[in-house]
Amino acid sequence: MKIRAQIAMVLNLDKCIGCHTCSVTCKNVWTSRKGMEYAWFNNVETKPGVGYPKDWENQERWHGGWVRKPNGRLQPKQGGRLAVLAKIFANPHLPDIDDYYEPFTFDYENLQTAPELPTAPVARPISLVSGRTMDKVEWGPNWEEILGGEFDKRSADYNFEAVQKDIYGQFENTFMMYLPRLCEHCLNPACVASCPSGSIYKREEDGIVLIDQDKCRGWRMCVSGCPYKKIYYNWTSGKAEKCTFCYPRIEAGMPTVCSETCVGRIRYLGVLLYDADGIEQAAAVENPHDLYQSQLDLFLDPNDPQVQRQALADGVPEAWLEAAKQSPVYKMAVEWKIAFPLHPEYRTLPMVWYVPPLSPIQSHANAGAIESKGGLPDVESLRIPVRYLANLLTAGNEVPVTRALKRMLAMRAWFRALQLGDEPDPSLLKDNELDVTTIEAMHRYLAIANYEDRFVIPTAHREEAENAYALRGGCGFSFGNGCDGVDTQSSLFGGRMGRRKIIPIRLLDDH
Amino acid sequence: MNAATHLQLFLFGIYPYICLSVLLLGSLIRFDREPYTWKSDSSQMLRAGQLKFGSNLFHYGILVVVIGHFLGFLTPHWAIDWALDPAQHQLLAMVGGGTAGVVAIIGLSILIYRRLADPRIRRNSRKWDIAVVIMLWLQLLLGLITVPLSAQHMDGAKFELLTAYVKGIVTFQSGVAALLLQVSWVYRLHILLGFTIFLISPFTRMVHIWSGAGALAYLFRPYQLVRTRKRTVRT
Repeated sequence: MKIRAQIAMVLNLDKCIGCHTCSVTCKNVWTSRKGMEYAWFNNVETKPGVGYPKDWENQERWHGGWVRKPNGRLQPKQGGRLAVLAKIFANPHLPDIDDYYEPFTFDYENLQTAPELPTAPVARPISLVSGRTMDKVEWGPNWEEILGGEFDKRSADYNFEAVQKDIYGQFENTFMMYLPRLCEHCLNPACVASCPSGSIYKREEDGIVLIDQDKCRGWRMCVSGCPYKKIYYNWTSGKAEKCTFCYPRIEAGMPTVCSETCVGRIRYLGVLLYDADGIEQAAAVENPHDLYQSQLDLFLDPNDPQVQRQALADGVPEAWLEAAKQSPVYKMAVEWKIAFPLHPEYRTLPMVWYVPPLSPIQSHANAGAIESKGGLPDVESLRIPVRYLANLLTAGNEVPVTRALKRMLAMRAWFRALQLGDEPDPSLLKDNELDVTTIEAMHRYLAIANYEDRFVIPTAHREEAENAYALRGGCGFSFGNGCDGVDTQSSLFGGRMGRRKIIPIRLLDDH
Repeated sequence: MNAATHLQLFLFGIYPYICLSVLLLGSLIRFDREPYTWKSDSSQMLRAGQLKFGSNLFHYGILVVVIGHFLGFLTPHWAIDWALDPAQHQLLAMVGGGTAGVVAIIGLSILIYRRLADPRIRRNSRKWDIAVVIMLWLQLLLGLITVPLSAQHMDGAKFELLTAYVKGIVTFQSGVAALLLQVSWVYRLHILLGFTIFLISPFTRMVHIWSGAGALAYLFRPYQLVRTRKRTVRT
């Protein structure tokens, strides 16, 4: 056993209001640059819908993620090593920029420079790629916002698999949810495996997956390799870029920008301990239905003394072990089992998990459309959302999703009773294998969601990475190329210092 | 010596070394100092259509051509003589190289058309991107013209002469420049443009050829890569 730690995220979809604050703050920090206008390291999709880029979940089309070969070994779905190299000249599975959307600005200048006209001047869209005026904006990063567009198009959503066509017609009026998406920082990342130059790597200390920009050669195999389409090709710099999990903030113990700015307080960050030696086996279980459980089994109990001893021996710092015990992610994913990985069938073992939304079910129940059992809506009787959520979160296995939804409903019913001064029904606990402590903790984390509970992030041990004394005065105020260790004045290209112009300081009298 | 032979000596005896030096040193310095600029600079994402066809034809064609040149010109005599006599060797080069060259030039023509005609690609091309593809296209054309030219003398003598020149250059033998006085200007122009392409490579996206070779390491590495930030040894 080799124990490693990772900062993982949980998103409580039950509380996501689809406001896009996460996307916008992320874009402002990371991707408002040339060549990245089309890229959203974090985006929010309205579901059902085909998403961004279009149809990203359809791996028969994009060939992302892994496949299990008959001999039980895993291989990237886009091919083995030789096949990947053979596709290097023209990647057959690479999305076009139009599959995301053609980035555009508006001709604002026309509004100011237009001559006097009988009609108001307009600012026409201009493509940032070709620089030409666009007749019509055809698609955007969030074209399906609040179920925009025809249902016919949105119903191409891949998660409708095994939902009968005639049934999902009624979806249009009954079911909508938001899905904020970012890089999953997988345990078994397919992007890393697809990179011919070996520029993508997982960090041992915190599990963040990064691209070495100096080593990336722009072969583009990672873009097709990632099943979540969360690696973006910067068409100006010629390099692949991805969500960094705001690692400079994480290292300092601060939450990512998307988490920090989430107004719905739906995001949680915490440490998970896992067995690195078990990754390959866990990702390669035969039945996709078992993938959720096999990933869950990789996570180790931070309160187990044996785990603690081994973790310390493997180099996990004390503070990280302490944080792991307080981890909201561990509580939701492992203890309460109300959070799930997104599309575990891709076999990448994603580390951004989701609490399924109750709202479509609750609103359905309130409308009297489904039966109630003991004051709770009968989750199973509502086949469509459960099947849909299971396709999204557990590779189609409905049992764990139903259990989670019932637990969340029980928590709501319990606290509603308390609020109203009633005695909560003890069967709420018994039927859902909960106890009072757990249900209160769930309420504290899900409903109250205080900052300190949501984000338990230990700081990085920078002293292990750098010699801080050597850094002193090393970079920042330097001459030209100073930060790369070359003294410009003595280099081949250095010039004479010349006469310095000294600005004299004149001392003036006080009055 | 008159001016013409002086020029001949410079162009085919000295210029090649300048070009090769710049290629090697330039690549090394760029790799070391400006790694961020080192990339293939793919434009596939902006418009895949014609690229899928053109890029595959060009790259696979040119790979055969380039590897063929290296093997054909640099394999020592003792390693090849037992299998092929010079005439057979020449025939192999003409047929193999000619076919691959045709494939490559078709592919490159598609790529050039795309680069110039598609507004998205045109706008996002550097001057050097266009210059390089045109140089490569001319070089392929010159190379293909040598095929019917060689067909006029199938005895392999001219072929041996060219081989001797290239081997002479890479083994630093003086006086090999004079050998080329006996061959057509097409060959000479082909050689000159070839070395010029070497010369400009470090300053263009051509550096990705080195990485293409480097990417072969992918065949032998484990799928997953983990880096640690911990310093290993430092005092």
